[in-house]
Amino acid sequence: MRGLALAIIRRLLFTIPVLWAVVTLVFLLIHIVPGDPARQLVGENASEAQVQAVRADLGLDKPLFTQYTSYWKGLVRGDWGQNPVTRQSVLERISSRYPATIKLAMAAMILATLVSIPLGVTAATHRGSLIDSGSTLVALLGISLPSFALGPLLILLFSVELGITPVSGAGGLGNLILPAVTLAAGLSAILTRIVRSSVLEELGEDYVRTARAKGLPERTVIYKHVLKNGLIPVVTVLGLQFGVLLAGAIITERVFSWPGVGSLLVDSISERDYKLTQGCILVIAVTYVLVNTATDLAYRYLDPRIKID
Amino acid sequence: MNISAKVGLGVVGLLVLVAALSPLLASWEKVQSQDLVSRLDPPDRVHLMGRDQLGRDVMARIIYGTRVSMLVGISVVGASSIIGVLIGALAGYKGGWADRLISGFLFNVFLSFPGILLAIAMVAFLGPSIKNLIIALSVIGWVGYARLMRAQVLKVREYDFITAARALGASDLRIVFKHILPNSIQPLIVQASLGMAGAILAEAGLSFLGLGVPEPIPSWGKMIDDSREFWFTAPHLFIFPGLMIALSVLAYNFLGDGLRERLDPKQRAR
Repeated sequence: MRGLALAIIRRLLFTIPVLWAVVTLVFLLIHIVPGDPARQLVGENASEAQVQAVRADLGLDKPLFTQYTSYWKGLVRGDWGQNPVTRQSVLERISSRYPATIKLAMAAMILATLVSIPLGVTAATHRGSLIDSGSTLVALLGISLPSFALGPLLILLFSVELGITPVSGAGGLGNLILPAVTLAAGLSAILTRIVRSSVLEELGEDYVRTARAKGLPERTVIYKHVLKNGLIPVVTVLGLQFGVLLAGAIITERVFSWPGVGSLLVDSISERDYKLTQGCILVIAVTYVLVNTATDLAYRYLDPRIKID
Repeated sequence: MNISAKVGLGVVGLLVLVAALSPLLASWEKVQSQDLVSRLDPPDRVHLMGRDQLGRDVMARIIYGTRVSMLVGISVVGASSIIGVLIGALAGYKGGWADRLISGFLFNVFLSFPGILLAIAMVAFLGPSIKNLIIALSVIGWVGYARLMRAQVLKVREYDFITAARALGASDLRIVFKHILPNSIQPLIVQASLGMAGAILAEAGLSFLGLGVPEPIPSWGKMIDDSREFWFTAPHLFIFPGLMIALSVLAYNFLGDGLRERLDPKQRAR
């Protein structure tokens, strides 16, 4: 028990330098802008005084180390900056969009799990059959078809032709279906392959032979015994893929005009609102790191065979 | 090589051929020439993939887009594999503090960041251009090669022929590049094939977000974004570029999986 607690503390301590690196990388982004970011923001025709004002607003007139410490202080205090024109708070704008992104990613994750587990199990138990080949092909298509091609296709089919779902925007459950299906496609493909491979591996184990020898129905063998062990790698992948879904949501949100952090990020880039861009990237990256840490800890808890070191 | 890998190889060969011959198959003039009277025309016998929102020939733009995709893919895979191999070899061969810094910290930091997010962040601040796109995708792509190379070096450096080479006075550089690298090349080829699929998808994704290939160069991802107002009135504008992206990614994935299966007999059982 003490060993487990130590492992958890060690894992959490490891997260600190990663978070520091993420924040530092995000801070440095504004310094890779070619030329003067303040000039880029106000345009070529702006006066020198206007450029200086924006430079001061962005904090670029101070030494790099002072900028870095002020950036950290601002993050901790909740002062993530403002839009130089509208004076809207970056943190407020992100906070208002964050729940929509999490909602979309969660919906996609649930959907992908519901699809891939039965599909992966069926493919494994019918290895080499038409169902197996079919599921592999569907999985490969899911990986290969980009969300910005699948999304319009689904809208065309279900919204325009059949009129079942709304075309875009947020609102009720109807608005969530198509973006969630689009975002879930890639993950479903990966999960199906992992479930298949994991179940195949477990089917070769001695305990499966014992369960069959005892005369247990095949359904019980698969769903009560094999799946219990076979799902452990799936849980890890699900956790790790949640972060990938957050990043993937940037494109899906743009396709469906979904009001999340992803579409806010794209808007901020086109508006050259550097502080907002940094804020959006930071929020997605930090969520990714924290979810990965939680998954790692859950994995150790779920599978006692993993060494605690 | 299994059938899907052969199909993959065939499609990849075809794509490379189209990319190489694109100036002959579709001249720049044809790619750019507008005909507003015929805008959004569906596919017909002359324009097999129809015309876009400015009346340009979609097929000519798709062909030119193949060149862009392949160019970005090959450049990204080339740059990230060179950087990855060098860093991975350093970590694996030197060990000690170099390995702790590279595999213990650097790998984890890069893997803790969603790759595509880092690429979006870099291009957003550097500005959209093919060069910046290649830089951004290479910055996120090298880690996979470095991890693979490090693992290979750790394995191969223990073999007797490496000890023999060292005993004969071979330098570290000679041992790494003349002895270890040729024995580690197989998994790197598989990684490169899968890396091409990833790079093509990432390029298209960034171009869709307006962060990839700038105007007036056609790119599959940008073609889908440019036509978003007409997705439902002229679906051929997103269907053909979408199909091309899926086909290329599928072909490289087929090829990568097939190569892995062929080069690693343990995979055949799965």
